[in-house]
Amino acid sequence: MDVAQLKRQLIAFTELLYREGFLDEQFNQLQQLQDENNPNFVAEVVTLFFEDAERILNELANNLDQQSVDFKKVDAHVHQLKGSSSSIGAQRIQRVCIIFRTVCNEKNVEGCLKCLQQLKHEYALMKSKLETLFNLEQQILAAGGPPSI
Amino acid sequence: MARNGAFPRRRASEGADWLDLCQANVEEAHVLAVDDSLVDRKVIERLLKISSFKVTAVDSGLRALQFLGLDGKKSPIDFHSLKVDLIITDYCMPGMTGYELLKRIKGSSALREIPVVVMSSENVVARIDRCLEEGAEDFIVKPVKLSDVRRLKDYMVRGCQPNSGGKNHQKRKQLHGSATSSSSPLPSVSSSRSRSPLVDTPAAPCSPSSLESPTRRLRMTSCE
Repeated sequence: MDVAQLKRQLIAFTELLYREGFLDEQFNQLQQLQDENNPNFVAEVVTLFFEDAERILNELANNLDQQSVDFKKVDAHVHQLKGSSSSIGAQRIQRVCIIFRTVCNEKNVEGCLKCLQQLKHEYALMKSKLETLFNLEQQILAAGGPPSI
Repeated sequence: MARNGAFPRRRASEGADWLDLCQANVEEAHVLAVDDSLVDRKVIERLLKISSFKVTAVDSGLRALQFLGLDGKKSPIDFHSLKVDLIITDYCMPGMTGYELLKRIKGSSALREIPVVVMSSENVVARIDRCLEEGAEDFIVKPVKLSDVRRLKDYMVRGCQPNSGGKNHQKRKQLHGSATSSSSPLPSVSSSRSRSPLVDTPAAPCSPSSLESPTRRLRMTSCE
């Protein structure tokens, strides 16, 4: 596949991610911070986000598994994830976090468990989409094209 | 792609007219960034560096105070070589909140002149007011963007007096326009941000005061 084709694919895929709400304007902000001196900035931030998110999802599973759920702790974790997802433009994850906090505020364990499931689902989707995105960028680089759109 | 990093450096080497000196001052400006989130620290650090600031990023108010020499411990480090020109801090942090850090800094004769900017994901009038009253120069709603960071230069280039507390009416009006309040019906669209509808619920690590009643934030369309 030539560079032009790959680039078209990348553009189309990125547009899809924005349209489907996986990404918002903040992701574009991050891309603007990437240059030849920091060519992997976006990938680095996203990797940090993945690590952070996975840690939080595990903590949430633990918190909600307790006999007596500490809703303050749950809220604190969700608040953290909401913050970091907002910082990278992970809109769908951020939105589930917002709902999660409401449900947590109502001290609704069932609701929280549902939100956690939803979060895990959205996280898995997001991770896979971003990996595809980075893959495409790598292919373009390998084919000799400039790194980003 | 951002080219902000390249331009000021060329200007600084071209001679010393007033504008160059200003750019040079801004170029060397050292910002202390405080945020407990690793992701946010990485982003703010990059935002600041690309805007030609020197950056030190720490993960807590306590570490910020240690860096500033306010923790009561004698530090062998020459304070002047670590001169901080601006502090930007997250509001919601475990342990010491950004607000508490702000109070400590403004309460210190050695440090009160340093401009402080507060960042928060919660866009609430009472919180903004509280920070401005305590002497914050500005209140940035997260996620932080390049345009927010570029504004920071205003607090340093003009050499304006830091906010001496409670008098920042202009700034307060400006910030109220884009913030939520239980009393105002519709916030005016003065900021170019898109926000998803939000029911503002109290956060455990930094529970708001009784003034911050849950409000619904309306979607504001981006002008960008």
